Amino acid sequence: MAINWFKYSSPSTFYGLVGKLVPWFAWPSAILFAVGLYIGFFVAPTDVTQGEAYRIIFIHVPVSILSMFIYLVMAGYAALGLIFNTRLSSMMASALAPTGALFAFMSLWTGALWGKPMWGAWWVWDARLTSELVLLFLYLGFMALHAAIDDPRRADRAAALLAIVGSVNVPIIYFSVQWWNTLHQGSTVKFSGTSMHVDMQQAMFSVLAACWLYAIAVSLVRVRSIILERERNTQWVTELAEVKQ
Amino acid sequence: MNWGEFFAMGGYGLYVWGSYGMVLFIFIVEIILVRHRRTNAVEQLRLMRNAGKGE
Repeated sequence: MAINWFKYSSPSTFYGLVGKLVPWFAWPSAILFAVGLYIGFFVAPTDVTQGEAYRIIFIHVPVSILSMFIYLVMAGYAALGLIFNTRLSSMMASALAPTGALFAFMSLWTGALWGKPMWGAWWVWDARLTSELVLLFLYLGFMALHAAIDDPRRADRAAALLAIVGSVNVPIIYFSVQWWNTLHQGSTVKFSGTSMHVDMQQAMFSVLAACWLYAIAVSLVRVRSIILERERNTQWVTELAEVKQ
Repeated sequence: MNWGEFFAMGGYGLYVWGSYGMVLFIFIVEIILVRHRRTNAVEQLRLMRNAGKGE
């Protein structure tokens, strides 16, 4: 059976498909947040060394992972847009940037609130923290550059270049705790296994899945708006049921 | 465990609730913003469509 992979690279097809998909990401996300936070606050035991403050981990680790992952997905879409000249890929990159920036900010914020009681400082210019701050600036730079160029296709190409070059920063964040001496601890959960308590793992992975689904849902809603904004001069847009009524 | 103890978080209440509170705030604001953008985009198209009809 031949599948036409480019069918869904057409904004009109994608717009309809995505509209149906959003609730399937949004509702499981809400449920997983509830489950993860319930386990994190009522089931998982108190940490021996950090007391109750460690419970920040259940949100800090998921938002930090997502801030890096969203960047790679964004850069990937931007690269596809640059290589294949598919405008939908570039729209996806634009839709992901604000969510990624917010995740990077949440990572820094929750990290500061965890660092203060544990290290005695809200902020230190250490490799992990600094490279995460650079990630936030890369997201903001991507959005600012895109907004600064009037022609959307030219803006797509310029911003894509920035996103691709900036993706070098993601492995730097990830490996920073190994490459440099840093205050920030290394990963507790590794591919080879973990010493983490099983309830803590369940809480963290539930919130991770919830954040993941949230990011997908909110980006898909945003990309639909971007499609409408950028395709406003096409016929199919004016014939949509929500526009006609 | 009573609720007072729960919210105190062993003395780390400010840090723990400050973290989760900010995340909740950001999610709510982002959801409001994307819905607002959606309403605006559709409204804009309706206006353009109706303006086209009038000609």
